[in-house]
Amino acid sequence: MELMSGNEAIAQGAWEAGARVGVAYPGTPSTETLEEFARKEGVYAEWCVNEKVAVEVGIGASAAGARVLATMKHVGVNVAADPLFTAAYTGVGGGMVILAADDPGMYSSQNEQDSHYYAQAAHVPMLDPSDADEALRFTREAYELSERFDVPVFVRSSVRISHTKTPVEPGPRAEVPLVPYETNPAKWVMMPAFAKPRRKVQLERIEALKAWAEDCPYNRMERRGVAVGVVCAGSAYQHVVEALPDASVFKLGCTWPLPARRLRDFAASVDALYVVEEASEYLTEAVQALGIEVSAFPAGLPRDGELTPGLVRAAFGLEAPAHAEAPADLPARPPALCPGCPHRLVFKELTRIKAIVTGDIGCYTLGALPPLSAMDTCVDMGASVSMAHGFELALAGTEHRPVVAVIGDSTFAHSGLSSLVSTVYNQGSGTVCVLDNRTTAMTGRQGNPFNGETLQKRPSRELDLEGVVCALGVEDVRTVDPYDLKAVRTALKEAAASDALTVLVFRRPCVLLDRVREEPYAVGDACTACGVCTTLGCPAIAKDPETGRASIDAGLCIGCGQCAQYCAFGAILGPTVLTNGGTADAAASPSTQSIPDTGENLADFGGPASKKGGAHE
Amino acid sequence: MSNVTTVLLCGVGGQGTVLAADLLARAAMAAGRVVKVSEIHGMAQRGGAVTTVVRFGDEVRSMVTDPGCADVVVSFETTEALRNLPFLKEGGRLLVADEAIKPLPVTTGKASMPQAARERLASLGAALIPATELAREAGTAKAGNVVLLGALSTALGFAPEVWEEVIVRRVPPKTVEANLAAFRAGAAFASGQAKEAAR
Repeated sequence: MELMSGNEAIAQGAWEAGARVGVAYPGTPSTETLEEFARKEGVYAEWCVNEKVAVEVGIGASAAGARVLATMKHVGVNVAADPLFTAAYTGVGGGMVILAADDPGMYSSQNEQDSHYYAQAAHVPMLDPSDADEALRFTREAYELSERFDVPVFVRSSVRISHTKTPVEPGPRAEVPLVPYETNPAKWVMMPAFAKPRRKVQLERIEALKAWAEDCPYNRMERRGVAVGVVCAGSAYQHVVEALPDASVFKLGCTWPLPARRLRDFAASVDALYVVEEASEYLTEAVQALGIEVSAFPAGLPRDGELTPGLVRAAFGLEAPAHAEAPADLPARPPALCPGCPHRLVFKELTRIKAIVTGDIGCYTLGALPPLSAMDTCVDMGASVSMAHGFELALAGTEHRPVVAVIGDSTFAHSGLSSLVSTVYNQGSGTVCVLDNRTTAMTGRQGNPFNGETLQKRPSRELDLEGVVCALGVEDVRTVDPYDLKAVRTALKEAAASDALTVLVFRRPCVLLDRVREEPYAVGDACTACGVCTTLGCPAIAKDPETGRASIDAGLCIGCGQCAQYCAFGAILGPTVLTNGGTADAAASPSTQSIPDTGENLADFGGPASKKGGAHE
Repeated sequence: MSNVTTVLLCGVGGQGTVLAADLLARAAMAAGRVVKVSEIHGMAQRGGAVTTVVRFGDEVRSMVTDPGCADVVVSFETTEALRNLPFLKEGGRLLVADEAIKPLPVTTGKASMPQAARERLASLGAALIPATELAREAGTAKAGNVVLLGALSTALGFAPEVWEEVIVRRVPPKTVEANLAAFRAGAAFASGQAKEAAR
């Protein structure tokens, strides 16, 4: 038995089924799945620039006869929806499995949408494992299902499936030959003349899948008492069995299509039927649509966020165990940009020029939090650039604050580029800041076109960011070192004052990439307790609650020097000054943490994650 | 599910809770238990509050826990110990690294650290463990998480060999001795405290 996360188990299942091509764009909680798949023998895997491209590459490989794994987070399914809906018309060549990893509770996402609705809307069967063991088995068998019904198959996961490890028995790989490809426009060319008959094929397939669902081996009834029957799937199933040991349970391993007859039989066998699901009404409404009466919970179940056994018990009015309350005087501990993060001065300067900042998805979204509080909007990947254009359109002809879009390098490649093309095409103005930290940082430092690193370390090349932007027709493109306060200030000031569209590329590698640590800075006698340095939000800088004077934690400081440039009194001293006899307060406290990043710190002990590249957003 | 043991590990992103949970899970497996480890990845890891739940027994269902349900809470930091107090079962064990890390709202002067956190934890029966200090004495200041595992081992009843075998297998060869020493120091510290409490 091996201890495996749900994500590792899904990768293992795909590998055992003979999948030979893997495609994805990273996104929590799905990221490690393709990283794990990429490490296996006999497979090709790549990061694509976005989920739409990934699914299209996948459909191509499937058409050519290979078994394919495509993985993405729930919001990635939105991006991939266009090819997905039509792939449910064309069907597949080699089996195609798509992981949709949901994030109820929004640990690392901008919404908690339920991917079940995509299965229902696109008519793509969805398997819903409730632990890593099922994740492996369901994924492996999903390939046969995909080929048998000639349709892609979803494996749906959530944070508590993807990131829960449990012992799993891995098996050998089946060598599956390519399904021979033959030109077949009636199947693969989805123009109206061919799509209409394929729609009829799809309708027949839906009926066949519904019939299959009645005997589907992934659904099971667990008979206990007759008073309460619960329909559930995924991690909710585990919570229900733990919370309600006397309830009968209908565990769905396939959540679309539903087994109508068996569910009706189950409903008839219990006094009251309930549906327990997380942050969604999909299952409740789908069961009701079968003509089954779904009872209301005696005490209500939360409609948002994750479930726990305790919440399920509470829904049935069962009491909770005694426990202490947390003290009321605890400070919040929000995540923060790392010490030395190259995004810091850019955000600080954006607040100085009172910009309207349209933000994007990545570490830098943390720039929205105090004390920087430097972001006005964050909606989805690429939205910074297009929303900035929208702001400019609405505010045209008025006296308005400068509008500035802020986007990371990986997000820019994902969908910021197409937004910028549209802005240029429509003669838009404003400023776009590309925070190029040479990596896809939040998800654990994956490769992307601008750093030229590929998932399986195959040779590639760095895409010339400024060159691409120039080629789009942006005339004012500048490269700026984000550690250089004067350069950052000047560039933003000039861009804000200009009527032309300006793209500023702030280039500096993420501090977690090479972990370069310079000698720490320290605060000297010249400190006037003005507090400005603490407004940079660096975890290494602290303000003394009594005197208001600043101090720098030598264990956290990586010596980037951003704060020293910001101090008007020259009180923050670099190592050179210090060794030349300058006086400085001792660092506030001994270090109790290193650069805050779990995945990398594991490397200190050579823990398992050190080889796997931790995963973040 | 009465035979299931639930351990909640909490701390600050970057402190090594994930590795500690991994070692604990492997020790439980080696001792013949079924185990589930539930982690949170993503944004919170950037210096935010993090928790990992490890549950083991003959049969484990849910991978998460609820207020009043954790047999042991292991906190890598005192403020986080107070934050996670509600999870501790009545009569459960509370093991806390005797270290305070100031979050950004405190360092920027917008909030304060809790008053007398150590004293409050001690009055609740917490074992306050000088994890970094013991780790430094053992050979590497970075093994504070393994010191805490040593302390935790005194509450769980797996044989010391089971733990040590897991540590030997999971840490880099160069750090094996330091990590074993850190583990033993944590175990010795916790048993010493327990004896003192009994006196």
